[in-house]
Amino acid sequence: MIDATPVTSETVISEVMRMKNEGYRFVTMSSAPVKDGFMDILYHFDKDMELRNFRLPIREGEAIPSISGVYFCAMLAENELQDLAGLKFDGLVLDYNRTLLHDSEVTCVPLVNKCKVAERK
Amino acid sequence: MSKRTIIPFGPQHPVLPEPVHVKLVVEDEIVKEAVPALGYVHRGLEMLASVRDYHQMINVCERVCGICSMIHATCYCQTIEKMMGVEVTSRAEYLRVIWSELHRMHSHLLWLGLFADAFGFESLFMQFWKVRERVMDINEATAGNRVIVSVNVVGGVRADLSGEQLRWILDELVIMEKELKEMEKTILNDYTVKSRTVGKGVMTHDQALELGAAGPTLRGSGVEQDMRMLGYGAYKHLDFAPVVHPDGDCFARSWVRFQEVYQSIRLVRQAIADLPEGDLAVKVKGNPEGEEVTRVEQPRGECLYYIKGNGTKNLDRLRIRTPTFANIPPLLAMLPECELADVPVIILSIDPCISCTER
Repeated sequence: MIDATPVTSETVISEVMRMKNEGYRFVTMSSAPVKDGFMDILYHFDKDMELRNFRLPIREGEAIPSISGVYFCAMLAENELQDLAGLKFDGLVLDYNRTLLHDSEVTCVPLVNKCKVAERK
Repeated sequence: MSKRTIIPFGPQHPVLPEPVHVKLVVEDEIVKEAVPALGYVHRGLEMLASVRDYHQMINVCERVCGICSMIHATCYCQTIEKMMGVEVTSRAEYLRVIWSELHRMHSHLLWLGLFADAFGFESLFMQFWKVRERVMDINEATAGNRVIVSVNVVGGVRADLSGEQLRWILDELVIMEKELKEMEKTILNDYTVKSRTVGKGVMTHDQALELGAAGPTLRGSGVEQDMRMLGYGAYKHLDFAPVVHPDGDCFARSWVRFQEVYQSIRLVRQAIADLPEGDLAVKVKGNPEGEEVTRVEQPRGECLYYIKGNGTKNLDRLRIRTPTFANIPPLLAMLPECELADVPVIILSIDPCISCTER
């Protein structure tokens, strides 16, 4: 397990704001499946080459507060996770509504629906 | 009051080797706003980790981006090795550094050529690519491929460099350094080059940090940060200091990349001089379990791999954050208030790799 500070949907914005005030650079966000119906959202920050992580456990389908109001650069990572992992971020400053990487007619979510990958013959 | 017009830039444009679309909101000739549109080359490579063997994923990671292929594979292998507690041999670590720095050199030389072409200096473009060919020849002669060298395996490397090859590489580095010195005064001092790059697309030190910039885009704004400072692989044994320029404009970013080619030459020389004897790889048994984060420095900047394993041959999650992905928000901050004619140069100044960005 990586060293990650646990946060909740209620505290994530204030914790991220604290990181920004302390001079941390936003690196990215990751999502990871935990067990059926649950996921972890990991937030990665850097200061002086030291990586700090936050872990936000969520239920599938649960809306997540967007941190793009604090770090504008997070909007790209959040839009990407909406496309690939089927997440929904509330308050995104620039919401592509799941069309950042996919065309609007694409309905499946690769990391959740397990889109079939053709076997090599 | 001037009328606002939207001008589409890309996805096909002479300065863009890869497709990205930017909607430019302009007032007269001044850009007021820029909105990016991605998705032209999205391949869903991260998802493949759940259906491919974790060894096969090395080949997939190499194809996230051709020009950074060696460093993508190194980052992936290092992450898996950390998860499985595998200790790589010293020789493999040094060989990884040699091929990684050769990749950085040919990536920067490719970019310097494209950058020269973007501001209309075609002969300089050809000169940079002529030098780059020497690196491509080294890759082909040592690994069998010009771009995707495919030397990494979990536990080490699968190819070695003979004494004769090492001497030949050192000879080639002397020639490349000499040729670069001849071009230095043009790319760094020429009036025309400076008029197209100095003071264009300025991003301050604080903006670079706040917008999450990476690599030469970050260091070109005076931030002394390079993931090689973490000392991963053989970098911990090598003499290294990041290249930094304080001005934050297009010239500063090109200056950083040009100096980093010299730096890579020095690192390859050091690695060859200190290359230890030993095995190329250790045997790896079992499957990765748990989770790990690793960061490495690619030519375009910091690359992060997050991997979660479940003890089977497939991975639960592979997350790749590439440097261009991090440099798009800074680009959106550089474009407003610039002249329309400077847009191609500013966009190219972050060295955009869309193949990486979309994966």
